[in-house]
Amino acid sequence: MTVADRRNRGTILALTGPAYLWLTATIFLPLSAMLYCSFLDKSPLVPQPASLTLRHYAAFIEKPVYQQLMLWSLELGAIVTICCLLIGYPAALALAKVIKGRWREAMFLMVVLPFWSNALVRTFSWTMVLRPGGLADQAIHVVAPGAPALNLLYSYPAVVIGLVHSYLPYMILTCYISLQAIDDSVIEAARSLGARSWALFRRVVFPMSLPGVLAGSALIFVPAVGSFMEPRILGGTKGATLGMAVEEQFTVTANWPFGAALSFLMLGAVLLICLVLYPPARKRMEGL
Amino acid sequence: MSAVVVTDAVKRYDAVTALDGVTITFREGELFGLLGPSGSGKTTLLRAIAGFVTLDRGQVLIDGQNVGGVPVHARNIGMMFQSYALFPHMSVAENVAFGLEVRGRPREEVARRVQEALAMVRLGGLEQRKPKQLSGGQQQRVALARALVTRPKVLLLDEPLGALDRHLRQEMQVELRRIQRQVGITTIFVTHDQEEALTLSDRIAIFDFGRVIQEGAPMEVYERPVTKFAAGFLGEANFLHGRVTSLEPGGLARVALEIGGAASCRLKGGQVGQSVLLALRPEKITLSTEGEAGMNAVRGNVLDVVFSGNSTTYRVAVGEQVMTLFRQNLSQGTVAPGSDVVLSWSSDHLVQVTP
Repeated sequence: MTVADRRNRGTILALTGPAYLWLTATIFLPLSAMLYCSFLDKSPLVPQPASLTLRHYAAFIEKPVYQQLMLWSLELGAIVTICCLLIGYPAALALAKVIKGRWREAMFLMVVLPFWSNALVRTFSWTMVLRPGGLADQAIHVVAPGAPALNLLYSYPAVVIGLVHSYLPYMILTCYISLQAIDDSVIEAARSLGARSWALFRRVVFPMSLPGVLAGSALIFVPAVGSFMEPRILGGTKGATLGMAVEEQFTVTANWPFGAALSFLMLGAVLLICLVLYPPARKRMEGL
Repeated sequence: MSAVVVTDAVKRYDAVTALDGVTITFREGELFGLLGPSGSGKTTLLRAIAGFVTLDRGQVLIDGQNVGGVPVHARNIGMMFQSYALFPHMSVAENVAFGLEVRGRPREEVARRVQEALAMVRLGGLEQRKPKQLSGGQQQRVALARALVTRPKVLLLDEPLGALDRHLRQEMQVELRRIQRQVGITTIFVTHDQEEALTLSDRIAIFDFGRVIQEGAPMEVYERPVTKFAAGFLGEANFLHGRVTSLEPGGLARVALEIGGAASCRLKGGQVGQSVLLALRPEKITLSTEGEAGMNAVRGNVLDVVFSGNSTTYRVAVGEQVMTLFRQNLSQGTVAPGSDVVLSWSSDHLVQVTP
């Protein structure tokens, strides 16, 4: 190793050290503690010595209700991700390739605005919009006075609406970045070669924006699968998720080890999905 | 093979006039260079022919058909970009096949024509590579194959060789010329490199401020520039101010030069007493250490001498002006700075230009 190499290594260490130290301290340590907790037979709050057990993981397999909750959570994550993509991608496309100058800044502000309000306030505000006779109903009655009440609050669509509202900016921003990176001359080349708008989008623009689509999907799918606040506030009994079950174990029944086990099972399921999807996605993005 | 005719093309962007009444006929099968400084309108014209720019006034005719309302994808043009603009997620073969596939050609035909196109640009064997895995010269060839595989009516090249280093650029110039001849396609290219324009083109047009200053074969434009800008942009030139003193019956005029001495040259019209501007290329001037000033010969003093291998550049003070001349390095050796010299030239090489 030359002197320059050694100095280089020192620089890299100095630049990345703080970030990795912080990540180790704030993510790795608590997570390891929680993983250990999931194998204990008593909650760490109980002042008695605890022993190791696999009981909580076995409980997940034995009780179909938790498997059902897991499936519902994954389904909810998928639906929210797809909705964000369907709503967010066209907006990102317009922002990246059509809207220019000041208008783009103004539109961006509107996209980022949800981030500036408190998540809890944001979610509760939806209850006022979606409840029977709420703002949504009133708006519809202005257009169609005879229409039946929507009655969306405490339903599955309400949960999806709340989650999409929370996570849509992630999709718009990641897609925007990858669409923005597509050189206009590449698009012009495709048009000069005879591609109409649809072929241009399907064969050039969309494939080239896949990194943004996947990054946004991952950023949304993972927290949406684990969501518990929106399902509780907007879904009532209709929006049961595994995230809510986890929360319950920690806050209501005080069964920390079982809550921890459930959350690690969820983490495992999400990791497994990512692991399965990664190789084909990587193949499609070769060369980008 | 098609002719492209542009008539009275005008394009304005807010305060800037990119094209200010351009009329050019691009003949069938010729390689035509659009030359000019940046912002002179040459790229706007190329993009208007492609269909990316809508003209405010004027027409573009391809094969005699007005393509004003025809969208880019339906114009059947081949275009090559300075950045190559290859599709990074597609292999070389997929890049070349793109134009045929969006036209819905059958699979066997696509495969065959992709092979032919890649063979033509000498890239056989690299079909499965991604653009990132190719060198700049190879990417250039893929871009050319992709633009030609659909057998377009006209090939448009935007600064085609601008991104390559000097050696590769010369190699690609030869290659481009060979392929263009082989296919026989009407080709229009934009460049700001005068040497490239002179080497490649059958004909060139010089642009300035959205107008065509001069159009013609490279040698004709070089030897007979019509304006001071054309003479100065394409190669180097000395500009001599003078006043017509007499008109001879043979068509030659005598001009008293501002730097002292007299010259004779052919004028486009003109009368006695009129002031004229004459351009004189540096390589047309003969330098000698003996002789007298007289008709087409002026006395000067060498300011500096730059030796550059095959030739030497002299800067010579003549009156209040500095004249530049190139001298081939035969066997005479160089003349030292400070020497008194006589510069002379032939009447044929003095060209009257408009200021």
